[in-house]
Amino acid sequence: MGHDTHVQEKSVAQYEFNRKKNAVEMRKQVVNFAIMILFTFIAFAVVVADFSPYFIKPVILLLAGVQVALQLYAFMHMGEKKAPFIGVINTFVWLGAVIAFTFFLCFLTIIWW
Amino acid sequence: MSSVAISKKTGFGATLWDYLTTVDHKKLGNMYFFAGLLFFAIAGFEALLIRIQLMVPNNDFVSAGLFNELLTMHGTTMLFLAATPLLFGFMNAIVPLQIGARDVAFPFLNSLGFWLFFLGALFLHLSFFMGGAPDAGWTSYASLSLYSPGHGIDFYVLGLQISGAGTLISGINFIVTIITMRAPGMTFMRMPLFTWTTLISSALILFAFPPLTVGLFFMLVDRMFGANFFDHTMGGNTIIWEHLFWIFGHPEVYILVLPAFGLFSEIIPVFARKRLFGYSSMVFATILIGFLGFMVWAHHMFTTGLGPTANAIFAVATMAIAVPTGMKVFNWILTIWGGSIKVTVPMIYALGFIPSFVAGGVTGVMQATAPLDYQLHDSYFIVAHFHYVIVGGIVTAIFGATHFYWPIMFNRVLNEKLGYIVFWVFFIGFHLTFFLQHFLGLMGMPRRVFTYQADQGWDLYNFISSIGAIMMGIGVILLVVNMLLSIKGKPVNQRDYWGDGRSLEWALVTPVPFYNFKQTPLIRGYDPYWIEKHEGNKEGMTYAEPLGDIHMPHGSILPLIMSIGMFIAAFGALYHPDGVSWSVPVIILGIGITVACMILRSFKDDLGYHVHKEEIIALEEELYGKGGNK
Repeated sequence: MGHDTHVQEKSVAQYEFNRKKNAVEMRKQVVNFAIMILFTFIAFAVVVADFSPYFIKPVILLLAGVQVALQLYAFMHMGEKKAPFIGVINTFVWLGAVIAFTFFLCFLTIIWW
Repeated sequence: MSSVAISKKTGFGATLWDYLTTVDHKKLGNMYFFAGLLFFAIAGFEALLIRIQLMVPNNDFVSAGLFNELLTMHGTTMLFLAATPLLFGFMNAIVPLQIGARDVAFPFLNSLGFWLFFLGALFLHLSFFMGGAPDAGWTSYASLSLYSPGHGIDFYVLGLQISGAGTLISGINFIVTIITMRAPGMTFMRMPLFTWTTLISSALILFAFPPLTVGLFFMLVDRMFGANFFDHTMGGNTIIWEHLFWIFGHPEVYILVLPAFGLFSEIIPVFARKRLFGYSSMVFATILIGFLGFMVWAHHMFTTGLGPTANAIFAVATMAIAVPTGMKVFNWILTIWGGSIKVTVPMIYALGFIPSFVAGGVTGVMQATAPLDYQLHDSYFIVAHFHYVIVGGIVTAIFGATHFYWPIMFNRVLNEKLGYIVFWVFFIGFHLTFFLQHFLGLMGMPRRVFTYQADQGWDLYNFISSIGAIMMGIGVILLVVNMLLSIKGKPVNQRDYWGDGRSLEWALVTPVPFYNFKQTPLIRGYDPYWIEKHEGNKEGMTYAEPLGDIHMPHGSILPLIMSIGMFIAAFGALYHPDGVSWSVPVIILGIGITVACMILRSFKDDLGYHVHKEEIIALEEELYGKGGNK
C-alpha cells in the first residue's frame, strides 16, 4: 500500500476484454436479481390468490430451494474456484451451512414436532 | 488532514466535525470506548438501584414496575451497549496495529457501525423519558413481551435492531481486515491471540446476529403491524422466540468472552515475561469454543419441556465446552509458571480473573447437568453464575486492558497506586456481591423478584450483597477518576511502555500517527517485536518496503446521516400501532434519508488520498524530533 505506486498500463485488448467481461457479469447479476424478486412475488401471489395448501406448500418450497441455490452461486460467488483467500471463504460458507443445518434440524425436531 | 497525533490548537467546532466524520480506526476505537463507558455507567447505576431495593426485605425504594424496567435495561445495556462497544473499542484501537495494517478494511463501514450502534443505544435509552422502558427482561420472552403495555418493548426491538446492524457491520469489517490486511509474514499462526479471538468472535457475530435480527423482526411485525408469529392462539409458537433469541444469545456470551480471553493472553505473557504457553492449542481452543458455542443454546431452555433426548444432547454439548476452556486456563497458568513475574495493575487483574472465571465456569457445568438445572433454573444461583463469568471474565479484562493499553490509546499512563485501590475495592466488592448469591439461589430465592419476605434466611446475604455492589460502584467511579487524572499526566512519547511488550503494537512510538506505520513492517515470527528487540533492532521492526506515499481514506459524514435516518424511521414504526397519521410518512422519510445516502455514496467515487513522502517525514520529525521514528 505504501509503495511508490506502480501503475501498469493496460493494453487496448486487455481493456476491451475486461469491459466485456464486466458487462456480462453485470447482466448476470441484474437477471438473477430480477428472478429473485419474481420468485418472491410468485410466493406471495399464490398465498393471496388462495390456492389449495397442497399446491402452495410444494410451490413455495421449490421456489425457496431455487432461491437458496441462486443466493449461494450468483450472489455469494460459490462457483468461483480462483479468488484470494478462497480456502478461508469456503470454510466460512461451509461452517455457516453446518450451523444453519443444526438450527433447521432443531426446528424440525424439537419445535414443530 | 486528520491526525490523532498532533495536538495542534483547533477550534471546538473543527474537532467535533473531525470526530463526527472520522473513519480512523484509532479515533473510532476511542469513541467506542467512551460510548461503552457511558452505557456501562448507566447500567451500573441501574444495578445499584436494584441492589438498594433488595438490600432489606419488603423494601419499597422502587415500585415493582420500575424494578422490572431497571432489571431489563441493566441486562440489555450491559450486554449490547456496554461490554460489546468496550471490547470493540479495544479491537479497533489495537487489532490493526497488531497485524501491521494502516486501517481496517472498510473504514467507512467502521464509522457506520459505530453510529448505528450509538443511535440505536440512544433510541433504547430514550424509552425512560418517553413512557417507560422495556420490562420483560433482557431475554424479552415473547409470552411476556407481546402483552407488555406501552412502548417499552417496541423501544427494545427497534433499538436493538439498529444497534445490532451496527455490530454486524463491524464484525464483518474485522473478519475482512484480519484475513486480508495482515502485514507480510504475519501468517495465521503468527497472529497474536487478541487478533485471533477478535477474528473468531467476529465470525460468531456474523453467524449469531442474523437469527437475532430475524427474531426481532418477527417481534416487530407481531407488536407493531399485527402479525402472529409468536401468538399461539393464532397458530404461532411462542417457543420460536426463545430458540431464535438463544441461538443468538449463547454465542453472544462467547462473542464477549473470547476477546476478553484474548486481552488476558496479551497481558499475561508480557508480565510473566515468557512466551504464551501452548500458542497453537490456545488458537484451536478458541476456534473450538466458537464452534461449540453454536451447538448449546437450548441449555437455557431445559425447563421449557424439550424432552429428555434434546436435553441430554444439549447437556453433553455444553459440558464439552469446559474442555477447550480448561485448556485455556491451564495455558495461562503454565505461562505464569516459572515466569519472571512482574505484578502490575493489568497483571493483577489477570491474576484475579483466573480463579473468578474458573468459579463461574464450574457453576456453568453444574447448570449444564439438566436434572440439576430443574432445581437451579430461575434462581439466584443463575444470577451468581453469569455475573461470575461476565464480571469475573469480561469486566476484569476490560479494566485490565484499560490500564494495559492506555499508553497506546491516549499516550498517557493511568496511576498505578489508584489502579491497585480500584482493583481491590472492585474485586472484593464483586465477590461480596455475587458469591453469596449462589447460596441465596440454593436457598430458593428466585431471580427477577422486586422484593422478598423477611426471615427466610435471605436477609443477611442480600444485605452483604448490596454492600458489595456499592463497593463495585465506588471502584468504577475511582477508575473514571483515574482516567480523568491521566489527562494532566505526562505524555508517554515512547515505544513499549511496559518494557516487555511482545507483539507489534508495542513497536510503535506513541502518539501513533494517523497512518500507523510509516512503512509496512515485515513479520519474522510469532511475537515480532520481541524478536526484533532481542536482535538489537533499535527501530523495533524490520520494514517490508521503502518509505513511500501512503494511501488513506477520506472521512465522511454520511455514516452519521444514514444512522440518523434509521433513528427517525424507528420513531415512525414505534408509534404506528397507536394509529397516528404521521407514522408511515416518518418511516418513509427516515428510510429515504438512509437510502439517499447509500445512493449518493455509490455514485460518488471516493478513492481516498495519498500522504506524500515529504509530509510523512515532516510529521514524523514534528512528533519524534529530528530523524523521525528511530
